[in-house]
Amino acid sequence: MVSNLSPDFSGDRVAAIVDELVDLEGPLLPILHAVQEEFGCVPQDALPVIAKKLNLSRAEVHGVMSFYHDFREQPAGRHTVKICRAEACQSMGGDRIAEHAKGRFKVDFGQTAPDGSVTLEAVYCLGLCACAPAAMVDGKVVGRVDEARIDAISSEVRS
Amino acid sequence: MTVTVYIPGDSGALALGADDVAQALADEATKRGAEIAIVRNGSRGLYWLEPMVEVATDAGRMAYGPVAAGDVASLFDADFLSGDDHALSLGDPGEIPFLKNQTRLTFARCGIVDPLSLEDYEAHGGLTGLHKAVAMTASDIVQTVTDSGLRGRGGAGFPTGIKWKTVLDAAGPQKYIVCNADEGDSGTFADRMIMEGDPFVLIEGMAIAGLATAATKGYIYLRSEYPDAIRIMNSAIGIAREKGVLGVSVLGSGKAFDIEVRVGAGAYVCGEETSLLNSLEGKRGVVRAKPPLPAHEGFMARPTVVNNVISLASVPVILDKGAEYYRDFGMGRSRGTIPIQIAGNVKHGGLYETAFGLTLGEIVDVIGGGTATGRPVKAVQVGGPLGAYFPREMFDTPFDYEAFAGKDGLIGHAGITVFDDTADMMKQARFAFEFCAIESCGKCTPCRIGAVRGAETVEKIMQGIEPEKNIALVEDLCNTMKFGSLCALGGFTPYPVMSALTHFPDDFRKNPFLQAAE
Repeated sequence: MVSNLSPDFSGDRVAAIVDELVDLEGPLLPILHAVQEEFGCVPQDALPVIAKKLNLSRAEVHGVMSFYHDFREQPAGRHTVKICRAEACQSMGGDRIAEHAKGRFKVDFGQTAPDGSVTLEAVYCLGLCACAPAAMVDGKVVGRVDEARIDAISSEVRS
Repeated sequence: MTVTVYIPGDSGALALGADDVAQALADEATKRGAEIAIVRNGSRGLYWLEPMVEVATDAGRMAYGPVAAGDVASLFDADFLSGDDHALSLGDPGEIPFLKNQTRLTFARCGIVDPLSLEDYEAHGGLTGLHKAVAMTASDIVQTVTDSGLRGRGGAGFPTGIKWKTVLDAAGPQKYIVCNADEGDSGTFADRMIMEGDPFVLIEGMAIAGLATAATKGYIYLRSEYPDAIRIMNSAIGIAREKGVLGVSVLGSGKAFDIEVRVGAGAYVCGEETSLLNSLEGKRGVVRAKPPLPAHEGFMARPTVVNNVISLASVPVILDKGAEYYRDFGMGRSRGTIPIQIAGNVKHGGLYETAFGLTLGEIVDVIGGGTATGRPVKAVQVGGPLGAYFPREMFDTPFDYEAFAGKDGLIGHAGITVFDDTADMMKQARFAFEFCAIESCGKCTPCRIGAVRGAETVEKIMQGIEPEKNIALVEDLCNTMKFGSLCALGGFTPYPVMSALTHFPDDFRKNPFLQAAE
């Protein structure tokens, strides 16, 4: 599986990303996505570089970045497990699965395991509501998740 | 002879192992020297049968499902490539009652065609609507859409034609078509299915909208939670550009239209159109006060059509077959068809496109077949996290915008989430507030503060602290949120809360001490 860990931060690389996307109408979200793709997060050091190029204040860029659940300041673990916490999944025992996952991974939602192996995240709907409960492991969708499946995912991400 | 085998690439099917099945089929075919061509189609929307494998035989398509990778060898043994019998045989998929009884206009091709074959799309009636639109004046296109009675399928139900007319009449150097593909409501997946299963129909609908309003640029604001839809949509746009469906001269008309996919970043509120526009502009996804309407000052303060995926994807069939054809389906002021998404704790979950007017009971009990757990249905939430919970006593409500509004509910994006009798409606009410608190954009006070206080107050009721007083407080708070919020997030959160309180009062009056002793 692919590692999410960030390579070393480079302001020049951020500047290059901005140059590539600056001509889009409303380029900031595509830029933040691209920076996160590159470094596994949007490092605080990237904000002034983006701000200067877009003629915004650093605070404005930070305001946008921090508004959206997707953008993170720190890189995630080597694996990211997202578990849907919304109603359709609740109706199929999603709360129970979420508790089981917390116990298995030994982290709460929004946290990364101390060994850096996995980040557990809550997500509100993956559009898999007819095969609930649903989860996403490193971008791959999983339906009808049960305790055994969580256990299997757990041994996979810890290996 | 090469046999075509269809294995859905729809993410619902992928979540149930479709990729493993595809790999196993390819391997087994190689091993046995069988010549097969695998097509990754969309899903037909029968999710309890996914992954559903179909084979093109001389007698038409034959379906098998749900297929696991481990079933593949036995399928070959049974000669499924000739359509022969197997324990997983479903016969002609079109004859499965769930599918046969639908009226598929918007989803006519979904699950049948190769989503990334424009030839396949055209062979199944695609682009006919756009060809007709190219030969029409802008105002005639708008009139056709108005006459069809099509209303916004995102949830608000605003007449699509009227919105288009406002943009057509608005002056501006640049106009935009923005497709709202931020399908964040739990229990809904119609947008995802059409983008993964028939992306060209959305492209065609957007191009028609462009011709109708003199907009030359379209954006699809697609949520990041849908990586498969993003990939397929981007590929389809590339093909459409290559083949002249998009670009400087749409189908040789001399009129330009192009589309770009923009990926959201996990904010539910961006499904609200003004917050979506701010997000698209690279700002915080904060709701804007209206007026000005987006039709006058939308993206970059220019005239903008903001339509849901299903609204836009329903336009090609209207242009192709005429306004009357579409309008003749439905009831009252709800015209045409609606792709109902049956989800949650339900035996036969999936997508069911039909004319408006079925009762909730028919949808849940007959079509959905009751709960997956086999327990009695306690409640169904219609319209996503901001929709009301309906008890069985209200299952005679017909699926119609006005009928649902009349019962203090909403159709929303037409998702129905079924709960069995183990559901605790007080917990669901608390969740509605919690969700609103997590997703509030923070602009208006009733939503930002109200949601937090609401969750705290329901928590108190749960702990048995002055329950009657706190229930009255929640009701009062709901009233404030309903009338004092700027958008549907704060304004509609009272629907799930109040419906839970009204229809399931006993769930809020449990003695916590007795409960603890149990």
